[in-house]
Amino acid sequence: MSAVGHPPPPFFKRGPAPLARLVFFVIVSLALLVIDLRYRTLELARQVVAVALYPLQRAAYAPIELYERAGGYLQGLAALQQENRRLMRKDLEAAGLLLRQQHLDQENLRLRELLDMKTRQPVPGIVADILYAAQDPFSRRIVVDRGSRHGVVPGQAVVDEAGVLGQVTRVYPLQSEVTLVTDKNQAVPVEIVRNGLRAVLFGTSGGQMELRYLAANADVQPGDRVVTSGLDGVYLPGLPVARVLRVDRDKAYTFAAIACEPLAGVEQHGQVLLLGQRESSPREAGETADGDKKPARAKRARRKD
Amino acid sequence: MAIQTTHSSRRILLPVRPWFILLSLAAALLLNLVPLGRAIGMPDWVALVLAFWSVREPLRVGMGSAFALGLLMDVASASVMGQHPLAYLLLSYAAGGLSRRILWFPLGQQALHILPLLLGTQLVMVAARLAGGADFPGWGYFLGSFSGALLWFPLTYVLLLPQHRPVDKDENRPI
Repeated sequence: MSAVGHPPPPFFKRGPAPLARLVFFVIVSLALLVIDLRYRTLELARQVVAVALYPLQRAAYAPIELYERAGGYLQGLAALQQENRRLMRKDLEAAGLLLRQQHLDQENLRLRELLDMKTRQPVPGIVADILYAAQDPFSRRIVVDRGSRHGVVPGQAVVDEAGVLGQVTRVYPLQSEVTLVTDKNQAVPVEIVRNGLRAVLFGTSGGQMELRYLAANADVQPGDRVVTSGLDGVYLPGLPVARVLRVDRDKAYTFAAIACEPLAGVEQHGQVLLLGQRESSPREAGETADGDKKPARAKRARRKD
Repeated sequence: MAIQTTHSSRRILLPVRPWFILLSLAAALLLNLVPLGRAIGMPDWVALVLAFWSVREPLRVGMGSAFALGLLMDVASASVMGQHPLAYLLLSYAAGGLSRRILWFPLGQQALHILPLLLGTQLVMVAARLAGGADFPGWGYFLGSFSGALLWFPLTYVLLLPQHRPVDKDENRPI
């Protein structure tokens, strides 16, 4: 205490000395840090505090919501008509594919049955609104307005109309957090559409991504589209993720430095689709030996209501 | 109205009311929760108000409040548990320890005292997160401390208003 201020005279009752209190609290917070970073066992405490904070959070969000709604109201007829025309055209363009989809699905099912392969589960989805980008400046996350009450579970893939947005990483009763594909710690197994080359996509700082672990002479060109490979069991195969921006082949390094930009509108407001989990986890599948149809169906039924 | 902001002023302030401290801390938390995305230079209101009360009332607001507020901020901002408590604790300890020194200075120099404390708070958070393998948020992140230090002037005025009641009470005045 001698470094800052003066020690109090000993005849005033002040409880433990400030330095002792500081050391105690610092140890507690360091313990919290280590536990949360290493073991991630504080989720229950987080849930409790989050529920208590929810009204305050909604109150803080109210002015922003009002501003957005007012903006949307004043957007004008012309912009809406234009958007309507654009959507109708897009619908028509997609119709050719969609009309044949059912036929192709049936055919696929028959062929899979013929080949005696496991039938793919149809994937249900939950539509959610992006509320806001999470405050934490060290990571890239967004908060959406669907939570465990609506059947969201951690690990679900999140997509928008253009491609993969990220993955649900934390679920609260009425909200959930989505870690974006541009987050530094988020990895997506991908393949390049043009040649089927497999790689892993990581986020980098500045809202971009990079393809790692591809050899310096790998066949990658700027403009290549990158889609999910589906090897992880989280993302369905073939969802568009990114486009290659530039490829730096430095002979000094084993791997090429390949920068990509996300296709989905990350960190924008709008609606997203939380895809159901593709397949049950291996442990779950092992416990229910008679196939994983039952839990999947139960999940689907719960999500419908 | 000559507002008393330092110890060297002649006027004596009314004692602070605990509910007002609580209210101001809650308001700061609310301001911190407003989702502005990645706006650069937004001050950390909780750190600022906490520093203010740690300087003004070191016996009422101290490390206990800092720890509790830090936990709330951790959950609200979806950061790692323990990041905000650690930073706020050190801020509150330093501000409380320096309180008897800071209050002898005029407001501008008080703000200059607060600036390194706020910067230190942000540095602790950056260090805690970088050690955990997070991404460096860029130098713009530290602008929040400078805007926070600038806010020391209006903040002092607003938060001391209730203690500036005149000696002869006016029943029609709200605070």
